Amino acid sequence: MPEALLETRGLKTHFALRAGIFSHVVGKVHAVDGVDLKVRAGEALALVGESGCGKTTIGKTILKLIEPTEGQIWFEGEDITRYSARQMAPLRRKMQIIFQDPFSSLNPRLRVGDILGAPFEIHGVAAGSEKTDRVARLLRLVGLMPEAMRRYPHEFSGGQRQRIGIARALALDPKLIIGDEPVSALDVSIQAQIINLLKRIQAELGLTYILISHNLSVVSHVSDVVAVMYLGQVVETAPRDALYFDAKHPYTEALLSAVPLPEPGRRRKRILLKGDVPSPVRPPGGCRFHPRCAKAMPHCATQVPTLKPVGERHLVACHLHHG
Amino acid sequence: MAADVRPLLQVEDLKIQFRVPDGILPAVDGIGYRLDRGETLGLVGESGSGKSVSSLALLRLLESPPAEIRSGRVLFQGRDLLQVPEREISDLRGRSISMIFQEPMTSLNPVMTVGFQIDEALMRHFGWPRREARQRSLELLTLVGIPSPQRNIDSYPHELSGGMRQRVMIALALSCEPKILVADEPTTALDVTIQAQILELMVGLQEKFGTSILLITHDLAVIAETAHRVAVMYAGRIVEAAPVATIFGEPRHPYTQGLLNSIPRIHRERLDALAEIAGGVPDLTRLPPGCAFAPRCPRADAHCRRERPEPMTVGSDHVVSCWKASDA
Repeated sequence: MPEALLETRGLKTHFALRAGIFSHVVGKVHAVDGVDLKVRAGEALALVGESGCGKTTIGKTILKLIEPTEGQIWFEGEDITRYSARQMAPLRRKMQIIFQDPFSSLNPRLRVGDILGAPFEIHGVAAGSEKTDRVARLLRLVGLMPEAMRRYPHEFSGGQRQRIGIARALALDPKLIIGDEPVSALDVSIQAQIINLLKRIQAELGLTYILISHNLSVVSHVSDVVAVMYLGQVVETAPRDALYFDAKHPYTEALLSAVPLPEPGRRRKRILLKGDVPSPVRPPGGCRFHPRCAKAMPHCATQVPTLKPVGERHLVACHLHHG
Repeated sequence: MAADVRPLLQVEDLKIQFRVPDGILPAVDGIGYRLDRGETLGLVGESGSGKSVSSLALLRLLESPPAEIRSGRVLFQGRDLLQVPEREISDLRGRSISMIFQEPMTSLNPVMTVGFQIDEALMRHFGWPRREARQRSLELLTLVGIPSPQRNIDSYPHELSGGMRQRVMIALALSCEPKILVADEPTTALDVTIQAQILELMVGLQEKFGTSILLITHDLAVIAETAHRVAVMYAGRIVEAAPVATIFGEPRHPYTQGLLNSIPRIHRERLDALAEIAGGVPDLTRLPPGCAFAPRCPRADAHCRRERPEPMTVGSDHVVSCWKASDA
C-alpha cells in the first residue's frame, strides 16, 4: 500500500470557552473531535463541510499553528504531534498554506519581489542575483511576468494576488500544500483560472494537496479523495467519483442535493435538512447528525457510529450502512 | 377594472457614476430592463459589474456624493421613482419595493427584538395598534419557517443563526406586502444546505403572494434554479438578457458563454482542465473605448476594440450587446 505523506490519528482540537470577568472555563468547543485522515503523496484531498464543521481548524492543527488536544499527526512517517517549534522549523519548508483572502495575506508595504524573496532568505537558500532568478522562475510558474516583482500587491487584481500567494507557498519546494478556501474570494471568471493553475502545478511538481472548502463544486475537479466533515468529525470519505455519484451518508447526500446546478429545469429531488447545525460546544449524543437526519433510527441517538469501509477507500460513519 | 398592461417595473437608460480620486467611475452605464408581475429577474455579474449599485438606485439608497445618477428613468407602475419627492419615497420603500441583503446582521437592529422590529414596520405602514401588529408579526415568522415563533419573536438578532436571521429579514421585507422584493446576494453568506432552505422559501412565498423578485447574485447556479429571466451584467452594462432557458441553453454573448463553460459542475466526470476566461475583471476607471469585454474575448477583432456594441434583439425576448452575436 502506498505510504501516506500525512496522516492524522484520532486528532482532537478543543478550545476552552471562557466567560465572566475572571474568564472561567465554562465549556469547550469540540472543533475537531477525533479525525483520522490519510493523504497519499501526490494526491489531492478535499476537506468539505459547512461553517463550524472544523475544517479550517484541522488545517491549522496539521501545520501545528494550533496545538492538538489529543491524537497524532504523522508526516513522512514521523510523529510530529509533540514537535517543538525548533523541530518544526525544517518541516515548515515542506508544508505550506494558501489562504482564502488574497487581499489580507500579502504585506501591502512590500514589493512582490521581497514577499517572494523572504522565504529564500529566512531559510538561507538563496540571496542576491540567485534569489532574483528564483523569484522570476516562481512568477513564471504561476503565470505572471517576472516584472511583477517590482510592484506592490495593491497593483494586482484578486486573481493575480492569489497567484502571488501560491508562488510564495511554492518557494521552498514544499511537499504538502494546504489550501484554505483558495478560490472562494475570487470572481467566478477567475476561479477556473486558479483551479487550473493548482492542477497544473500539482502535476508539474508532484505536490500533495489538502484543499479545504465549503463549496463542493469548486473542489470537484481538483480532488482525488473527498472527506466530508460534520461537527468536528469526518462522516464520509471516498474517492472523488464515489463521493459525488455514490454518496452513502445522509449528510453527504443532503449536502450534494443542496448544491444548486447551473442548469435550469434540472430540478433534482432535494433533501432539505431541518434546522441548523447544532453548537460544537454541546454536540448531540450518538450520531451527531441524528437530530437533522431524515433516516435516523432510535439507536442513532445513543450509539456513536464509527467510520467503516463500504467500498474501495470508501468509509462511512452511519448506522444505516453497518448492520 | 382593466388590467394594468404596463410592466410593473421598467428601468430605462440608467447611468450612475461615482467620483473617485482616480477620476470618474461609470458604475452603471446605461442599463435597461423590465420586471413583470410575479416573475423573478436574475441580475448576474461579478464584482464591479454594477448589479448592486443599479438596484440600490431603485429605492434611491445611494449616497450622493459620491454617487451621481446621470440619466435614466425607473418606472414603477408607470411612475418615475427617480422623480418622486424624498418624503414619498420612504413610503414606497417597504410598501412597494423592499430589499433584503447578503448579511442580515447588518440590516437588523441589534438592540431590538426581531418581533419589535416587525411590529414597528407594520404599525408605521398600516397604522395598526401594537397588539394587532404583534399578531401579524407572529404569523409572518411562522410563514418564513422560524421554529417556535412564540418564543423566538422575543429573540435578539445575535441569538439567531445566519439562516434564521435571513428568514427574519424576509419576514420583515414582506411585512408590508411589497410588489417587488429586491434580494441582493440573499444566500451568499449562508451554508449550502441553508441556502437551499432560503431559496425554497423565496420561491414558495412568490407563488403564494405573486411578489416580483429582482435577484442579484454572482452565482449562476442560484439564477438557474430561481429566475425566470436573466440579465447578465459586465462592467456596468447588460451584455445579454433573455429567459433563463435561453441564457443557459443558447447564450450568445462570449462572456455569458465563457462564464457558463468555466463553472465547475459536481455531477460531471472530473475534468483535466476547466474552460477559462482569460484576463481579469476590468478597472472601470480605465475602460477601453470599444466593447469592455474585448480584451478578454476570444472573438474580438479591431471593430470590437474600436466601437461599443449596442443591445440588439437576436431572438424572442433575447437581447445581446455584441458585434459577433449575429455571426453563427
